[in-house]
Amino acid sequence: MAFLELIEGGYGQQFIKGIQFTLVLASASWMLAMVVAIVLAAVRNLGGVWLQRFVTLYVAYHRNVPMLVHVLLWYFGISNLLPLAWQDLALDHGGEVIFAAIAIGLCSSAYFTEDIRSGIRAVATGQTEASRALGFGSVSSMVHIILPQAFRAALPALVNNTVVLFKNTSMAMAIGVAELTYVTKEIENATFLTFPTYATATLFYIGGSLCIMLIGEHIARRLQFRGG
Amino acid sequence: MWDIIQNHYQLLLLGTFPQGPLGGLALTLVLSILGLCISFPLSILLALGRLSKFPPVYYLATTIVYVVRGTPLLMLIFWSYFLLPLLIGNTVNPFVTLLCSLVIYEAAYLSEVVRAGIVALPPGQAEAARALGFGRAKTMIYIVLPQAIYNMLPSIVSQFASLIKETSLGYVISVHELTSAANRLNSELLTKPFEVFAILALTYFLVCSTVTFIAHVLERRIAKRRQGQSITPSRVHRDQIYESQ
Amino acid sequence: MIRFTKVNKWYGPDHALIDIDVVIPQGEVVVVCGPSGSGKSTFLRTINRLENIQEGRILVDGTDIYDPKLNVNRFRQKIGFVFQQFNLFPHLNVLDNICCAPIKVAGKSKAQARALGLQLLERVGLEHKAQAYPQQLSGGQQQRVAIARALAMEPPIMLFDEPTSALDPEMVGEVLQVMKQLAKGGMTMVCVTHEMGFAREVADRILFMDAGRIEEDSVPDVFFANPRHPRARAFVADLSGH
Repeated sequence: MAFLELIEGGYGQQFIKGIQFTLVLASASWMLAMVVAIVLAAVRNLGGVWLQRFVTLYVAYHRNVPMLVHVLLWYFGISNLLPLAWQDLALDHGGEVIFAAIAIGLCSSAYFTEDIRSGIRAVATGQTEASRALGFGSVSSMVHIILPQAFRAALPALVNNTVVLFKNTSMAMAIGVAELTYVTKEIENATFLTFPTYATATLFYIGGSLCIMLIGEHIARRLQFRGG
Repeated sequence: MWDIIQNHYQLLLLGTFPQGPLGGLALTLVLSILGLCISFPLSILLALGRLSKFPPVYYLATTIVYVVRGTPLLMLIFWSYFLLPLLIGNTVNPFVTLLCSLVIYEAAYLSEVVRAGIVALPPGQAEAARALGFGRAKTMIYIVLPQAIYNMLPSIVSQFASLIKETSLGYVISVHELTSAANRLNSELLTKPFEVFAILALTYFLVCSTVTFIAHVLERRIAKRRQGQSITPSRVHRDQIYESQ
Repeated sequence: MIRFTKVNKWYGPDHALIDIDVVIPQGEVVVVCGPSGSGKSTFLRTINRLENIQEGRILVDGTDIYDPKLNVNRFRQKIGFVFQQFNLFPHLNVLDNICCAPIKVAGKSKAQARALGLQLLERVGLEHKAQAYPQQLSGGQQQRVAIARALAMEPPIMLFDEPTSALDPEMVGEVLQVMKQLAKGGMTMVCVTHEMGFAREVADRILFMDAGRIEEDSVPDVFFANPRHPRARAFVADLSGH
């Protein structure tokens, strides 16, 4: 069948390369997003009025601008502001992936931090009081008492937004990152075997999304057993 | 930046109109509004399908929703590019392709919103309707759906904001919406990419935050109206399901 | 008019209704009482098929309500049901709440339905609230509208599922007043309620249920003076304690 032609033509390798790029990009973006989101959530909870306003603005900006525009802005716009030496360095070392990861990571961090914020709100207010009464400082009560419970509450939303992040890696093709969608288009252009090519990529994305959701459920169940 | 806006606002707002077809922000809004209007009835059908007790209907609707939600919008656009000409038998222009992809994508996400709205309604409403003699269909049309959709209005408006953002993918298939217009401007000016794309980002920011603001206002109004009832679509619940981008 | 024959219902392993045999003739006002969990609401809700049964037969006006040829929706038009939580439709005003079923289900004209609706509102003392929305009414007012809504379909039978249990005490009276008027007017009524004053005044019969069975079936005078079943005795004693 047509799928076999794909494999025979050696395109299997190309697909795998594309998948690798997708996974690398997704992981890098996700880690950046989570770190930034947690920091922002903590800042929002502990910081003064101006810090809170900054976080609100950050979130509003990143959520109201399309992911693609973030990618374009970082890759075409902000890269242009960097000193020329850095620009050349970036170009030589796969700058597209770096900028794409930053763009997707920061944009997703806005969604993640809102999810964490909802999770924190879902934690009973008595918890903060109790932990402070026991002598936890504000930072350590956040870290040891509030955030673990907030994470449990925020898990479904975080899983959903992780799936969204995973799918959004496809936007990076617009700046030439050779991730799965880019590779798919290339193979399709070369072979005209549109259906099997697209189907393979689609199946991978759906499979990836399902995996993420299953992992999420697994984590949720494990957290349940700990007496959440 | 300001002089760029002053000199080129027409391109960004209207594309090449009136010398050429409509483009820019105007086309973005046209796509979004059309997309919402066409996908909304479809989403209701999908939601009802997902709530159906008739296995073939349930499995079909569930499969469609899961497949569409698991696929990147860009892939969906490529699929449409490929399948639509086959289905219609004629070449299809990129605008229609983008519109169809957006409609299908949004219908899947909106159907989850509608479904959540239906499920969140107190069961007593449907019971009271059935007890009065309303059949299943009439109960849904006159009693359940009006309330569910009204309660979910803020989420639907939020999805509209997502839709506006999704139109930016027209850039990849040469639909002359706002992002393409900005790109065109950038290739004209060449030396000011940051300014151009910053203007682009700010434009989306202004438009989408206005829409999101309207959603928040609606939510507060509706919560007040519905005071004293057991349904309050909480913020957590809303943000969990409904962001498609 | 309503005939239960060897009716049994299970919720999974839970035997909710056990061998229910009872006949309720036309025009009779029956009060069903008993401790919580005894199956009173379930019994009531099986009459208009809001709950299903696994064994036995229920005949309403001679028709087996599980006859496959029966149109459930048309059947339900003949039975009025008043819920504990009122369940008024919040997106419709009071008059529309009352008229929506006559217009959309019974096919009455708008004019006919509105005329009847206003009449019923007058009967329950709320004609001045016709354009108000349910959220703007007190609990007692909402329940009276709910009764009017059920009556708008002109059913020969009215079922009440703890109509006053969700009300603040000062509003119970106004709802009971409407129900007493209905009873005195000759309506066939089955009421699940804890309001024993109401039972004493207008009920023709009291069914006492416990753990899924009808343990006692007698006229109010007999029931309150001399209940036979030990649980019934405890129940009545408890009442007079308040």
